[in-house]
Amino acid sequence: MLQSVVQVILAGLSTGMFIWLVASGLTLIFGVLGVLNFAHGSFYMLGAYFCFTVLKYMGANFWLGLILGPLCVCVIGFIVERFFLRYVYHIALPYQLLLTFAFVLIFDNLVKIVWGAGSISPPALAALGGSVDVLGRKFPIYNILIIVVGPLVALALWGMIEKTWWGRIIRASSSDREMASAIGVRVPALFTSVFVFGTWLGALGGGLAVPYVGIMTSGMGETIIIEAFIVAVIGGLGSLKGAFVGALVIGVLTAFGTRFFPTFDMFLTFILMAGILLWRPQGLFGVAR
Amino acid sequence: MKLKSWQMALVVLSLLALVGVGLFSGRFMIYLAMRVMILAIFALGYNLLLGQTGLLSFGHGAFYAAGAYGLGFFGLHLSSHPLLGLLAAVVLAAVLALIIGFFCVRHTEIYFAMLTLAFGMMVFSLLWSAREVTGGDDGLVGIMRDPVSFFGLLEIPIGKDRQYYFLVLAVFVLSAWAVQRIRLSPLGLALSGIRENANRAEFAGLSVKNYRLAVFVISGAFAGLAGGLETLLESNARPFMAHWGHSAEPILVSLLGGLQTFAGPLAGSVIFIAMREMVQRFTENWMLWFGIVLLVIIMGFRGGVVGVFQRLIGQAGGGR
Repeated sequence: MLQSVVQVILAGLSTGMFIWLVASGLTLIFGVLGVLNFAHGSFYMLGAYFCFTVLKYMGANFWLGLILGPLCVCVIGFIVERFFLRYVYHIALPYQLLLTFAFVLIFDNLVKIVWGAGSISPPALAALGGSVDVLGRKFPIYNILIIVVGPLVALALWGMIEKTWWGRIIRASSSDREMASAIGVRVPALFTSVFVFGTWLGALGGGLAVPYVGIMTSGMGETIIIEAFIVAVIGGLGSLKGAFVGALVIGVLTAFGTRFFPTFDMFLTFILMAGILLWRPQGLFGVAR
Repeated sequence: MKLKSWQMALVVLSLLALVGVGLFSGRFMIYLAMRVMILAIFALGYNLLLGQTGLLSFGHGAFYAAGAYGLGFFGLHLSSHPLLGLLAAVVLAAVLALIIGFFCVRHTEIYFAMLTLAFGMMVFSLLWSAREVTGGDDGLVGIMRDPVSFFGLLEIPIGKDRQYYFLVLAVFVLSAWAVQRIRLSPLGLALSGIRENANRAEFAGLSVKNYRLAVFVISGAFAGLAGGLETLLESNARPFMAHWGHSAEPILVSLLGGLQTFAGPLAGSVIFIAMREMVQRFTENWMLWFGIVLLVIIMGFRGGVVGVFQRLIGQAGGGR
């Protein structure tokens, strides 16, 4: 019993880290730009597909794919922000949401055209394939790597936002956009850079997921963006701390659900979300409005 | 609001045209006209939420599916009376909208959009995975169109598409009339007030939360009605009906036609179905075109077709 519980928790933590990588980009973009990006799950998916392509066709190793793939997605993120999103900041909120939603439809379909409608099984990675014993059961080394990478990213993000010049500008602009602009911050350029950086975080999650998921489909962005939304509701939209805690909770809960109630695995997280909405509508770490 | 004479003429002409389609057109045209009317019912109800109240829901596919599966279960297990089935569809959709709406309407617009999408996809994943009850990805199949019987005194067969067409037409006309009544009622005016300034509406003594919940349930009920009608038409209910790709249809329809007008969703439904038929002739990638059209409208034509039309009329009128 203890063995399987530990096993489930470890699996849940690694799933949670993918959700965290997506939710962190989503949260960062929302916190600074005030835009909820529905297409963020698509960036995760594109990150996975680009990484896979580098891996397969360029004969490169996985780590090169992990660097190049997300960078390609950053170019797409740049185009989305610079040539489309920038022109709708001043208009009514539903249009902003719909614009990012239009990109979901476009990207999901483009993936089907370019990589085929069926699912893809990425090649197993021999270098990462080992496993270690945890309480007498095997646990893949790669999953442990993921569990380590997630908090590292969180730490790096925290350091960047709290300690660097760029982070200070980000905090200033997200608390008062007009004031920041008045004292000489180039807000449009900052917005583009934050959007591209958030895109990179999501795409990195996708790239890291390639050896993990087993099967890649054009719907893989769909599941993760909904999980990221639930995380945002639980942790409080705009709070990175909330996103981290929320992602771990959802990851572990989903793992328990998959293990013990396979038909209703998603249902548990929804019950948790409904409970949080009743108890603390602003989320665990959100500011009450 | 009194209709102007040209508007009255337009209504009468459209009704005559719809009856004419039912009497004289070929099978394919009749089928398409039914799809247009069902989509229009979905979009008219949805636009009470988006156009009238300014709330963007990404989860109305769930209520459409609730109607479809509600009619399916009712027809397969209880009674195959089509009107009772449609009633069951509306009731189930409204109850589901009440539950989901309860959690969604008290939040800001961003949370609202996020929550409706998440709850909608929850319904989708339930329909998909609870295979024993819902048939999984196959959905419910073999739902029959029995005659509409009035207490055994009068029986109207709807088995053939041409016969069923007139039932759809009747429901469509009733729905359009009901939606127009709601738009012009005190409720409709309160909803517009909430759209323009929710704070001010709150200060004026309106319970914004309750009004939002009311319109959420009403639009969910219309979605369920449309879902029930489609299930009778296609004789099956599919999980994709609850998917966000389907929830996006009334949004695009409303935007195509123009928000905040009554005629918008009607014109949008015609354009949407016609466009989809044409695009699907030469490519399978309908979603891509769907997305591109949405993108173009948002970047450039936010008034929709009816908006452009009204602007033209306005210019012509101003020139006099």
